[in-house]
Amino acid sequence: MTETPVAQDLAGRLVEFVGALRSKGIPAGTSETVDAAAVIDVLGMSDRSLLREGLASALVRRGGQRDVFDMTFDLYFPAGVGASQAAREMDEDFDIDDLRDLLAMALAENDLRTLEQVAEIAVDLLGRVGENGPTGGWSAYQTLERLRPQTLLVQAIGQRGMGGGSGPGQGLGQGGDFTERLERDEVRQNIDRFRAMVASEARRRTAELRGRDVVTRHAVRVGSDRIDFLSANRQQLEELGRTVRPLARKLATRLAARRRKAHRGRIDIRRTLRRSMGTGGVPMHPVVAKPHPARPELVLLCDVSGSVSGFSQFTMHLVQAMSGQFSKIRVFAFINAMAEVTDMVKEDSDDLAARIGREARITKWHTSSDYGEAFADFHAEHMTAIGPRTAVLILGDARNNNQDPNLEALHEISQRARRTFWLNPEHSMRWGLGDSIAPTYADIVEMHEVCNVDQLTKFVTRLLPV
Amino acid sequence: MRTMPFTSIDDVKAKLAAADYLASDAVATTVFLASELGKPLLVEGPAGVGKTELSRAVADACGADLVRLQCYEGVDEARALYEWNHAKQLLRITAGREETWDEARSDIFSEEFLLPRPLLTAIRNDGPTVLLIDETDKADVEIEGLLLEVLGEFQVTIPELGTIKAEHRPFVVLTSNATRELSEALRRRCLFLHIDFPDPELEQQIIRLKVPELDSTLGDSLIRVINALRAMPLRKAPSVSESIDWARTLVALGADILDDDVVRESLGVILKHQDDLDKATERLNLDEVLGAL
Repeated sequence: MTETPVAQDLAGRLVEFVGALRSKGIPAGTSETVDAAAVIDVLGMSDRSLLREGLASALVRRGGQRDVFDMTFDLYFPAGVGASQAAREMDEDFDIDDLRDLLAMALAENDLRTLEQVAEIAVDLLGRVGENGPTGGWSAYQTLERLRPQTLLVQAIGQRGMGGGSGPGQGLGQGGDFTERLERDEVRQNIDRFRAMVASEARRRTAELRGRDVVTRHAVRVGSDRIDFLSANRQQLEELGRTVRPLARKLATRLAARRRKAHRGRIDIRRTLRRSMGTGGVPMHPVVAKPHPARPELVLLCDVSGSVSGFSQFTMHLVQAMSGQFSKIRVFAFINAMAEVTDMVKEDSDDLAARIGREARITKWHTSSDYGEAFADFHAEHMTAIGPRTAVLILGDARNNNQDPNLEALHEISQRARRTFWLNPEHSMRWGLGDSIAPTYADIVEMHEVCNVDQLTKFVTRLLPV
Repeated sequence: MRTMPFTSIDDVKAKLAAADYLASDAVATTVFLASELGKPLLVEGPAGVGKTELSRAVADACGADLVRLQCYEGVDEARALYEWNHAKQLLRITAGREETWDEARSDIFSEEFLLPRPLLTAIRNDGPTVLLIDETDKADVEIEGLLLEVLGEFQVTIPELGTIKAEHRPFVVLTSNATRELSEALRRRCLFLHIDFPDPELEQQIIRLKVPELDSTLGDSLIRVINALRAMPLRKAPSVSESIDWARTLVALGADILDDDVVRESLGVILKHQDDLDKATERLNLDEVLGAL
């Protein structure tokens, strides 16, 4: 049994790997780990890319988790140790300009292999920070800052044209505007890929110095369902936007299923007995009562001020997706004045937030949010929107800039509606700090912390009763 | 445990290619593992990337029977597993008025009156079988419980007949478009495969295979336009089946170059929503405006 120590080592690493995945929100259990071990047994360790796909099939459970898995995989099953082959074979007098030329060429020719090598060399050459040891490492940020790949766009497009006939640009029409734009998009995509390669190379090299678990904790980002709405950047927001449609579908099917269930099997006694006359009083044909068309109505009050812009943009996406699934849904936006934006939301335009800012009257004499004023507005003008079947969702951080909270108006609204929920994108431990009056409002309506898609999904699927 | 006669990942690729399915590394690896470990394969991904096609190809490649259960809202045990042929049972009872009750009862719950539905068919099939459970997410939650039992043990218990166990474990493929979350329990029993849009190289090969009459440089351009459209925020991004349709259209139109006009005229083949069409053409127009400045 000469293999045992190796196999044990491998099992240990696999368990560590699964632990790291769990810490990043991929809930792989013991049975998955056993599957993963069986996968390694079948595939062997010789081909790294096949091993990656194999382990992913056993450990990943849904689409959005793959990025996190890949990053962690690179740390625990690295392609090599130390400086890469390309970096070691590099010439002594190779400098940034040479590297940029090489990069531009690779970008122009869609050459992923060369891109990868350039990334390895670049991190080795430009990314070094700190001393050897636990404080040192390689920084992707510093590498990209010095290399500035985004400035190579024009150069790369230029080189494309000179491709001499064999380049991938052939066959597209001569200088059509659409096709020109296409070239630019492609190069941009390649630049993004290159950034990702640099980041993963920097992670790999740093992990060798500082240990895998430290790097996993800090450098591998969490899955898109755990990104905070309030701190998400533009790209993350777009990613969030993509997860919204399925969520709205889920909500709609859930509501439909509940309504269907509520009316299944209710027997109309009177009509059943009447029909049983023909069979001598034996109720051969039970008549099921016709369901009353239940019409759940939804009214949304959304804070669209700057402090929650990430969240409100996201909720607008959600509302947009839901408006396709429901007939009765009304949306109001406010900063310190309440305006109905239902029509705008239904039109499905791209920059909804900007349009609301332009066209709806959501501010009065100042531009900071004022919940009290907005509720007063709603109470005065739009109370007819709420009926006994309406669920009201209020979306906002309850930061009132020290204005009058107007609890009376909110109380009236919640009295009139069937249920009222407040979704707050701030962590609950910050409620009540500074100008937040969340606890005060939470006394009147049920308030939930909804910082990320994960929590929103939980709210939508478990809590929201209609 | 092996369910299909694949010997290696390359073998999977070769056999699937012979069945007109070009598999990426990810697909081939997962299919091989599912066959080796005898686990069901849960395939998710956008519509039209070849999820259903994969099971057909596996069946073709291995000379196995393909048994398909199409899930929909309200599909139940009787539709998925088995049903008793009530009409025939009634006939049997009325035909044999003379016999005693005990004889009649033991008779009418026998093999002859059983109507096997896809799950039972797949389990009883005595050759290699591919069981496709299509659009699992459309079915109600209750059906998942049934699937857990069937996929865990590959056996079915019929109270009147006893337990029927699979002689040959079928190769099971479940597909889902993720309109509903499948339960963790079901996911845990399966290997997971997310099929996304293929990378350009593979898609080119697929186009070449399916539409061989298309000029290859035109094919390259087509893939690039498709990829550009996929990068746009559309309601329904064009998938592989749309690429193939578009390639056929271009052949039918006799186009030899993909310029703005051709793209605009045939865009309806790949974009299925009016707003997507508007969005795409708007971008075209927008670029013209920008170009004129």
